[in-house]
Amino acid sequence: MATKENLAAYWKTNLKYLSILLSIWFIVSYGCGILFVDALDTIPLFGFKLGFWFAQQGSEIIFVILIFVYVNWMNKLDQKYGVAED
Amino acid sequence: MSILMWTWIIVGLTFALYIGIAIWSRASSTGEFYVASKQVHPIANGMATGADWMSAASFISMAGLISFIGRDGAVYLMGWTGGYVLLALLLAPYLRKFGKYTVPEFVGERYYSDVARIVAVICAIFVSFTYVAGQMRGVGIVFSRFLEVDITSGVIIGVGIVFFYAVLGGMKGITYTQVAQYCVLIVAYLIPAIFISILVTGNPIPQLGFGSTESATGTYLLDKLDNLHEALGFAAYTAGTKSTIDVFFITAALMVGTAGLPHVIIRFFTVPKVADARKSAGWALFFIAILYTTAPAVAAFARTNMITTLNDKPYASAPSWFKNWEETKLIAWTDKNDDGIMQLRGKNAPDGLENELKVDRDIMVLANPEIAQLPNWVVALVAAGGLAAALSTAAGLLLVISTSVSHDLLKSVMMRDMDEKKELVAARIAAGFAVAIAGYFGINPPGFVAQVVAFAFGLAASSFFPIIILGIFSKKVNKEGAIAGMLSGIIFTAAYIIYFKFVNPGANNPSNWWFGISPEGIGTLGMLLNFIVTLVVTKFTPAPPEHIQHLVENVRVPKELEAS
Repeated sequence: MATKENLAAYWKTNLKYLSILLSIWFIVSYGCGILFVDALDTIPLFGFKLGFWFAQQGSEIIFVILIFVYVNWMNKLDQKYGVAED
Repeated sequence: MSILMWTWIIVGLTFALYIGIAIWSRASSTGEFYVASKQVHPIANGMATGADWMSAASFISMAGLISFIGRDGAVYLMGWTGGYVLLALLLAPYLRKFGKYTVPEFVGERYYSDVARIVAVICAIFVSFTYVAGQMRGVGIVFSRFLEVDITSGVIIGVGIVFFYAVLGGMKGITYTQVAQYCVLIVAYLIPAIFISILVTGNPIPQLGFGSTESATGTYLLDKLDNLHEALGFAAYTAGTKSTIDVFFITAALMVGTAGLPHVIIRFFTVPKVADARKSAGWALFFIAILYTTAPAVAAFARTNMITTLNDKPYASAPSWFKNWEETKLIAWTDKNDDGIMQLRGKNAPDGLENELKVDRDIMVLANPEIAQLPNWVVALVAAGGLAAALSTAAGLLLVISTSVSHDLLKSVMMRDMDEKKELVAARIAAGFAVAIAGYFGINPPGFVAQVVAFAFGLAASSFFPIIILGIFSKKVNKEGAIAGMLSGIIFTAAYIIYFKFVNPGANNPSNWWFGISPEGIGTLGMLLNFIVTLVVTKFTPAPPEHIQHLVENVRVPKELEAS
């Protein structure tokens, strides 16, 4: 049953998931791809410099993964609190 | 068969396909016209969103742009993909739960105000028109280069096709044509990229080939490119030239702008469930990322090919593609030192020679198959892909414009007693008008099309994004706050861009920018301003009514809550 307390707990968990995923989102793009790109560029990854790779490849790939992780977590959360659609 | 023959055949076949889909998926109700009855499968919607999002600019210009600016090109790659994370996590599921037809409708109801709704409608229409003019121009250019018809006829053919399926099919027609257009454009993008990756590095996957060694020399491709760049007086390809703060702000403006663009947001209204909206955003980004991770590889291959096949070579023995594209003026050579040799140089070339080659960025994708000597049908496929990218984006934008007029202005504000049949007619007429206006701008482009792209993203970032987020994540934000926030965000951003792009373009350089932020990145500051103004004004004005609290609680969960 979706009681008031249940809904509050559901929302709180959702916000926790958002903060975890958006932190990673920020670190890979703004962190690795922009702010620390020069430091990471001293590390080679095959033919790439690591910072360059994060900026032009890695961030984009990790973004896709982040959304699917979110989908997975939220589907489980919807079930747990009985708020999924029929 | 000649390139021209192949192009007519492939373009003709794809157009016939789009028309066939339009006839099959005619809309008969406003629900079908606006949101395809919310019956679109999440994966199909992901593809449609990919085509909706990837415009002529993504398909034709982006790889070339990256190949000229090297690492800084990442602002587009990260900016135009990272927005989908925001969309999936912060907007799409809640707006889908809200369950109405348009973005201004959410703004109007959440902020219980017609003023807020009208401000949102104006932003939506402005952003969409800015964008659509560029798409129609793209259609005309592809026609004129590949099919040898003049730009005006090209635009008219494009307008005719879009008119047919957007007016007839509405969102339903657009959705399924966009699915087909995604398939056409991604195949057209990947085939040349894979061929070139194999030719240069022996690796069929461009994303990996780009970090591999060159087959011919055994050195890493990117190292070779850095060396070539430095020897010719350019900045190293894998090093940036923009300031860190500007890269940061541009990336943020593009991300937030993407998440705030109405034609992207409404795609998530078309799926059956909230859980599907989340999933669909993941698929959308997956389909987009296929192109967006290939583009930087194409950029690096094309740049290397360009330098090694042209630089320091005698003009007399220039490859045939060079002479073909010279006619379009996308590439030009002026022999400044009269030695008959083409020199490509940066600003501070170590050998002191001047640059003699002018290369347009669009050529990197358009001429890529010819540079790599791929078969004629591949060249034709690129033309069809460019058209698919431009038409699909144009259709999505036109739908936003027509819905804004028929639903948000007429039905919700001016003619509330209009019945559904009349509303559907109004939506079709509005779509027809919008297509005609877009076509006019495609034929007679205002000189500032390129300048206003920053506008579209800046305005979307500084107007919609903050108030939608706050409307969902806060129950306290009220209409006074939202209206003040939207207006201050837009006015600030517009003023900054207008000043540097139109009033005083001579001053448009880092020493005059606030905090070193270029007009392209200023939307981020506008967005922050919107957030702050909204929250401060909310603090000093009355709280929203009771039913708004319930509305917010309801959009936060997938299941329908009982009214309390």
